[in-house]
Amino acid sequence: MTGYLLRRAAGALGVLLVLSVVVYATFYIAPGDPARLACGPRCNPEQIAQVRDQLSLGDPVYLQFWHFLQGIVAGHDYSTGTAVLHCDAPCFGLSYQNNQQVTDMLIERLPATASLAVGAMAVSLLLGTATGLLSALRRGGATERVLTWLTLAGTATPVFISGLGLLMLFCAYLAWLPFPSYVPLTEDPEQWAWNMLLPWVALGLLESAKYARLTRSSLLETLAEDHIRTFRAYGVAERKLVTHHALRGAVGPVIALSAADFGSMFGGAILTEMMFGLPGIGALLVHATTTLDLPVVVAVVMVTGTAVVIANIVADVLYAAADRRVALR
Amino acid sequence: MTSEPRTSEPLVAVSGLSVAFPAGDGGRAGGGLVRAVDGLSFTVPQGGSLGIVGESGSGKSTAAYALLGLHRDTGAEVTGAVTVAGHDVQAADDAALRRLRGGVAAMVFQDPLSSLDPYQAIGDQIAEVYRVHRRDASRRAARARAAEVLDRVGIPDAARRARSRPHEFSGGMRQRALIAMALACEPRLLVADEPTTALDVTVQAQILDLLRDLRAETGMGLVLVTHDLGVAAGSVDELLVMKDGRAVERGPVRTLLDTPGETYTRDLLAAVPRVGVRRPGAGVRGAGADDAPLLEATGLTRRFGRGKDAVTAVDDVSLTVRPGETVGVVGESGSGKTTLGRMLVRLLAPTGGELRYRGRDIGGLKERELRAFRSELQMVFQDPVSSLNPRRSVGESIADPLRAAGKLDDAAIVARVRELLERVGLDPGVYHRYPHEFSGGQRQRIGIARALAPEPKLIVCDEPVSALDVTTQAQVVRLLGELQRDLGLALVFIAHDLAVVRQVSDRLVVMRGGRIVEEGPADTVYEEPRHAYTKGLLAAVPRLEGAEAPA
Repeated sequence: MTGYLLRRAAGALGVLLVLSVVVYATFYIAPGDPARLACGPRCNPEQIAQVRDQLSLGDPVYLQFWHFLQGIVAGHDYSTGTAVLHCDAPCFGLSYQNNQQVTDMLIERLPATASLAVGAMAVSLLLGTATGLLSALRRGGATERVLTWLTLAGTATPVFISGLGLLMLFCAYLAWLPFPSYVPLTEDPEQWAWNMLLPWVALGLLESAKYARLTRSSLLETLAEDHIRTFRAYGVAERKLVTHHALRGAVGPVIALSAADFGSMFGGAILTEMMFGLPGIGALLVHATTTLDLPVVVAVVMVTGTAVVIANIVADVLYAAADRRVALR
Repeated sequence: MTSEPRTSEPLVAVSGLSVAFPAGDGGRAGGGLVRAVDGLSFTVPQGGSLGIVGESGSGKSTAAYALLGLHRDTGAEVTGAVTVAGHDVQAADDAALRRLRGGVAAMVFQDPLSSLDPYQAIGDQIAEVYRVHRRDASRRAARARAAEVLDRVGIPDAARRARSRPHEFSGGMRQRALIAMALACEPRLLVADEPTTALDVTVQAQILDLLRDLRAETGMGLVLVTHDLGVAAGSVDELLVMKDGRAVERGPVRTLLDTPGETYTRDLLAAVPRVGVRRPGAGVRGAGADDAPLLEATGLTRRFGRGKDAVTAVDDVSLTVRPGETVGVVGESGSGKTTLGRMLVRLLAPTGGELRYRGRDIGGLKERELRAFRSELQMVFQDPVSSLNPRRSVGESIADPLRAAGKLDDAAIVARVRELLERVGLDPGVYHRYPHEFSGGQRQRIGIARALAPEPKLIVCDEPVSALDVTTQAQVVRLLGELQRDLGLALVFIAHDLAVVRQVSDRLVVMRGGRIVEEGPADTVYEEPRHAYTKGLLAAVPRLEGAEAPA
C-alpha cells in the first residue's frame, strides 16, 4: 500500500511536470512581448523592463522554465531594483497587474472554491445515487419514468437557469434565505452554511443528474449478473438484492466519475461562482484570462491539475476498498 | 415449515408446462412468442432423481427454472401446473415463492465463477440465505451453519475458509460452496443446471460423487439438467430426453441408454464420443512416421510476467508434428495447452526453446519475417461466436486471409471463398450473410473455412468442438477428418475432452502444469496409460456404459 502510494505520487509528479511544460510553453512562448503582457496595459517602459528582468526573459527559455519550477519548489527572490522581494515556496510568480504574489491570490480564493466543491459534491452524490437507486428499484414503473425525465431535464438545464430560479424563489419570492454573500467558514460557520446553501444546491442538482443516470445504468447492469440470479433463486427479496448485492458492484463507476469531477471543481465552477458572487478560483481565472494576467492563469491550471491528479489517486484507493479483488501494486 | 406432504405424493409433479418468451425486441407490442417449453409433463418421486438431457435450445434449463418459479416477472408466459413438495409454484404469491426457493427446492447453477457475489465472504453469503429461511436464527448461528455445510461439501478448514471471497477459491471449490449454499436450509429437492459443465473432468467426478453422497445422506430429490449423457448416466435414476421444448422419451436411465426407443435418442447416443472406443480407421493411413517433421518444437517455454510474479505457462515442451498426422493435446485448465497451441502457429512468441517449421527456426522471427509462414500455419478457435467479426459478412471474413496474402484478384477470391464454403458443407450462397444468422456448428464450419483459405499445411484447433452439442460435435469432427485426408493437412487438436481427442488423434500428448507428462500413439496412451495423472484423468471420464468400469 505504501509502495503503491509512493509510485502513484511519483507518477503524479510526472504528469504535473508535463502539464507545467505545456502551460508554460503556451503562455510564455506565445507571440507578443511576455513582459508587456504580464505587466498589463498601463505600464511604462521602465516597469516593463523591470518585469523582463524579474522574469529573466533575457535567459534561454529552458532557464526561464527552470526558474519557474524552482520558484514552485523552493521559492524565489525578485529584485525590485531597490529591495529584494521574497516569494515563499509554492511561488507561482507575481501578478504585476494586481501587485500581488500569485500564491497569495490563490490562497485567498481557495476557501470559497473548496466550500463550493465539497458541498456541491456531497449534494450531487447523495441526490444522484439515491435517485439512481430508486429508479433501479422501481424499474419499469411510473416512478422510474418520472425520475428519468427529471434527471434528463436536470442535465439539460444550465446552472444559470436553475441558479436564477432558486435565487428568485428562495431569496426574492419566499425570502427564506438571504441573497448569498460569501462568509468564510472560519468567521461564522452557521452563516457560511446558510449562504452556501443555494450554490451547493444549484451546482449539486446539475451534477446529480449525471450520477443518477450512471448509478441506475450500472445497477441495472449488475442486477443482470449471474450472482444476483443465485440469490434471487434462494428467496432473497428484490430490495435486498439491490441494496445488499448489486449496489456494491455499481459504485465503482460512480467513484471514478466523482473523483474526476471533484478535481475539476477545484479549477472553479465558473458559472456558479459568478452567479452567486463567490470569490473563488473560477472567478479569478475568468478575470485573469480576460486581462491576460499570465502568471495567474498558469497557477490556476497547475492547481486544478494537482487537484484532479490527487482526486484520481484517492478514487483508485477507494475503488480497491470497495472491491477486494483489486490489488494495489 | 409447512405441513409434511403425504409420502405417496410425488416430490415434483409437472403437467402441461409451457414457457414462452417474447420474440425479438418488440416484445411488449404483442409480437411473436418463442415457445421454449411446450406441453411438458413429468414427475419425480420423493427422494428420486431425474436427469433432463437434450441439446442446446431444447428447453431443458427453461423447464428446470420453472420448478422454482424463476420465470416470474421476466416477461415469460408460463402455463401448466408445477407442484414441488406439495407447493403449487404457479399459484404461490411472491412471499410463498421466496420461502420455496432455497427452503424447499434449491438451485445449483452452471458457472461457479459468476454465481457467487464477488464482494462478500462465501460464509456470509451462505449465512444470508440461511437467515432468509430461518428468521429466528442469530447471525452467529447462521455463520456456524455456513461453516458446517462448507465442511460437509469438503472445503478444508471450513470455519476459516468461510471468510474467503469467491476469487480466492478454485472453480471446483466454488461449485462446492454453491452446493453448500443449497444444502444450508435442508431442501427437499436440488435442481442442478449443468453443475459440472464449467469444470475439469477430475473435478467433475468429485462434484458428482459429492452429489451422490449428499442424496444418500439427506434423501433429497435431484433434478439434474445436463447436455452430457455421460454425466447423467452415473447420477440419476430416470432420464428425460428433450428436443424443441418437448419430451422425446422418458424412462429408467439404464433402459433408456441401453435400449433407446426413439430415433432421436439413438442418434444422440450414437453421437456421444466414447473414450473406450478406438478411432475408426486408425492406422489405415499409416501416418508417415518416416516423413520429415513438419513442425518441431524443442524445449519450448513461455513465461508471462516478470520478477516474482512470473508464471511459466509452458515449460520445456518438445513436440513433433509430421505431415498429415493429428496430434491430440489434452490437459485440464491451466495446463498450458492453449499457450502451446498459440506458440505452434506463432501467434505468441516463445520465451525459450526452439521452434522449427520445415527445418527453419521460426521461434524468434519478427512479425515481418513471419509473414511468409502465416498462410501455412493456421488456427481454429474455440468460440465460433466471438472469433468471427459480427459486423462483416462471413464471406468477407473467409476472404480476409486471401486478401492479406495478396496473390489473387477480387473475382478469384470470391470464387475461392464460395468453393471453401462448399468444402465445409455450407451453401456457397451464404457469402453475404452475417455470423449471427448461423448456428454454433455452422459458425465453426465458417471458422474452419477461414483457416483453410490460405491453403495451410498445419492447423491448430483449440477446443474446436467444446462449445457444440454432441451431434454437431460429431459432424465437425468428421469434417476435420475428411479435410485432413483430402488435403493432407497436419492437425494439432487441443481439447479437455478425452473422448473427443481419442476420436481424431494419431498421437497423444498429455499436459499438466505446462509440461508434457505422457506422450505416445493415441491407442497406447488410452489403453495402457503409464503416468498416474493420465490414469486419473481417464478414470474420471463419465461413461455411458454401466459395465465399462475404468481399468
